[in-house]
Formats: sequence, C-alpha cells, structure tokens
Amino acid sequence: MRVEVDRDLCVGAGQCVLAAPDIFDQGVEDGLSVVLQNEPAPGRRPAVRDATQRCPAQAIELIDDEG
Amino acid sequence: MPRRCPFDLNAQYAQLQEERPVAPVTVASGGPAWLITRHDHVRQLFIDPNLSANGAHPTFPALAPRRKSFDEQSKGFLPWMDPPEHTMYRRMVINEFTVRRMRAMRPRIQEIVDVYLDRMLAGPRPIDLVQALSLPVPSMTICHLLGVPVQDLDHIQRHAEIMVSRTHGAEERAEALRELRVYLGNLLTEKGAHPGDDLLSRLVARHRGAGVDDHAHLTGLALLILVGGYESTASTISLGVIALLEHPEQAAALRDDPVLASGAVEELLRYFSVADNVTSRVALADVEVGGVKIRAGEGVLLSNAAANRDGRVFENPEEFDIRRDSRSHVAFGYGIHQCLGQNLARLELEVVFTSLFRRVPGLRLAVPLEELSFKNDAIMYGVHELPVTW
Repeated sequence: MRVEVDRDLCVGAGQCVLAAPDIFDQGVEDGLSVVLQNEPAPGRRPAVRDATQRCPAQAIELIDDEG
Repeated sequence: MPRRCPFDLNAQYAQLQEERPVAPVTVASGGPAWLITRHDHVRQLFIDPNLSANGAHPTFPALAPRRKSFDEQSKGFLPWMDPPEHTMYRRMVINEFTVRRMRAMRPRIQEIVDVYLDRMLAGPRPIDLVQALSLPVPSMTICHLLGVPVQDLDHIQRHAEIMVSRTHGAEERAEALRELRVYLGNLLTEKGAHPGDDLLSRLVARHRGAGVDDHAHLTGLALLILVGGYESTASTISLGVIALLEHPEQAAALRDDPVLASGAVEELLRYFSVADNVTSRVALADVEVGGVKIRAGEGVLLSNAAANRDGRVFENPEEFDIRRDSRSHVAFGYGIHQCLGQNLARLELEVVFTSLFRRVPGLRLAVPLEELSFKNDAIMYGVHELPVTW
C-alpha cells in the first residue's frame, strides 16, 4: 500500500499525526502534512485508513498496490 | 434549541435525525434554511465546495440579527472566509498550531493549572469552579501563546471574563470585546516594532513577508485566536467536571490510569459539543443531500452536537463513556474550517482533568445538580456557575 498527501488540499489540522504518528508529521515551516513512510507495513493499514477518514481536507490517499 | 437536561440534547434532534434529517427551519435573518442532524450528512456538507462560509453573503443564515459595522468587525475572521482567500490566510498561521508545537506547551499548561489548583485548594469552600479554574486556564494559556506581557494578563482576563458573564449586560460585554480588540491592535504594533519569541511577533513578520501588512486583518485574527479558544474550552472544562462527578467510576478510572485521558477528552468533546451553533453555511449552487435539494441562496445549519449523538456512528450515543472510541466526532467541525486550535484544546483538557482529579480526589458538587444554571440561550453551551467543594 502507498500513502500520499495532497499538500494543496492539506489544512494542517494534524489529525493524521494523531492517527498514525509513525507515518505522518507536520512541516515545521508550513504545518502541512509530511509522509514519513510512503509504503508502510500492511499492519498499519487500519491506522492509515483512520487518518484518511479523519483528515478534514480529504487530502490523504491510500493506494493499494496492483497485483 | 435548548437542551432537554444538562447532558441530553433537545429531544427534537433525535426525532429529526430519524424522520427529517434535512429539515426546513427559520432563522433570525429570515429566508429558507435547512438543519442537518445526521453525522454522514454533516460531514458530507462540511466538505462540499458549493457551500460558502462567507458571513457577509446576503442570505447567510444568521442565528442572531447582524450588527452594524459587520464588515470592519469581520476582517481577519477565518471562519467567514472562502477559498482562495481563506486558504492563503489560514496557511500563514497553521504552523503555529501543529501537534508538536502544542505538545511543547504541556509543561507551561501544567504550571498554569497547578497555580490555579494551588489557589483553589488554599482558598475557601465552596468555590465557583468556573471562576477558579475553567476560565483562567484557557485565557492564561492563550495569552502565553500569543505573547501577552505578564503585566497585562490581569487586564485581558478581566475583560475576557466580562465578555462571557451573564452578570454584565449586553452593552458591557460588547464593550469588553471592543477593549480586547483595541488592546490586541496595540500589542501587534508593539510586536512589529520589538518582536519577541511568540505567536503574534511571528504572525506580524510572516504577514509582512507575504506583503499582506493589514493591521485590521491581523487584529481580527489575533482576536479570533484569543476568543476562539476561550469560552469553548472553559465550558467543556466545567461540563466535563459535572459529567465526571456524575460518573464517579469513570472519574476514578481516569485518575488512576492516565492512559485513559486522551480517550476521555474525545468523549467529552463528543458528548457536549459546546460549539453547536457556530457552523452555518450558504449554498452557492444547488446541493443534494439525503434526497433533498438545497437551492442556491438557501442557508444550511450543520449541527455538530446532533451528529455527535448519531446512533449510526456511536452506539448508545446518549451514554457518557470515556472508554469508547469517540474519535470520529465533529465537535471541532470538519472540512477546511476545522478548528485551528483543536490540538491546543485537547492538551488543555487532558492536563486539567488529570490534574484536577488527582489533586482533589474528594471533589464534589456543592449544590444539587438540578440547581445548576445552564446556558440554554447562548451561542455556546455551558454552565453559569459551578459551586464545588472537597
């Protein structure tokens, strides 16, 4: 699975950080979401999905690998 | 709509959620508006780009008659801006409210809470917890964040308290708000000339750097930050204390196991949703929700509190349970306007509740619950006084 953030949509709410602090951080200068692990372990899927739903700007995408 | 009892929402909300989730209502400003009560619909509409937050729009649904000097008063007021203006201005301040930055304030917030608890414990009983703890903790925290000089803290606190107090008339409360605006305008000028290590100094520098040196805008933004996290946080503290005292097993569990603190805070936010009357929108184009067509120009009222009691999302929603997973609540709203200070609010609430029940284990109401007076007619829900003893 891949995780991507659209920084044009991000409003810096930090809910992704609360949901999965090992996968998301916030930039110090702009407060926008930073993906720490673009391809997290499958066991982190629920946390990533949680972040996706909690994001108020709908800026996070969980992309499943093909095949 | 007035709440049925301190802990329950108006019974009509539950009925509407079942029978008429997109319900036609009338508002003070006249014109058709729709009240939205389901969690899924509320979230859907919070992110719909066809709904505008612009309070200056001619058919924006106002819950109270619009005051004169509206446009001047609303400069810098992020909640009433739409993209692209909103996007630009919000981005200039969000790095001040990151999770990391807010957590770094924990020691300072703990100090503030400890000082007020010390005073309370050394003083007479019973005491009004609203005055002793609920109001001062958020105001002192925000003042610290903004960079208000120590010698001015008292001035700010006094005016902030008048602003939210029913013992002062409407004109006095409006005057207190004006005074805070004037004070912040002067402080911003000072910070521009002599910057310090604080939010206002950085805000001035950042806006200057972006070529948006609008003093009225900055003043409005500073006032929003000061006022936005004041009564809301204070009310949640007071109401949370009442809820925990009414559920002593949960209060004891929270005291004994601090790991429960963050979940307890989310449940308190969900359960009370004090900012229920602040999320209005106006449709710029036709929008369909729940099989109902909302037409361009019509108002939309998104009820956070009703959404947070939606049985489709929260099992037994009327029950207060600090151990449930409440994280999908919308007490802070949703969409691009979701509360800027939410992570600060969470931290303040965590520190206050864990400290209070740890240091005052014998805390109890000094009057029967039925004698408490709740803010049923105000914009923000809360309690007027909270006499406690220990």
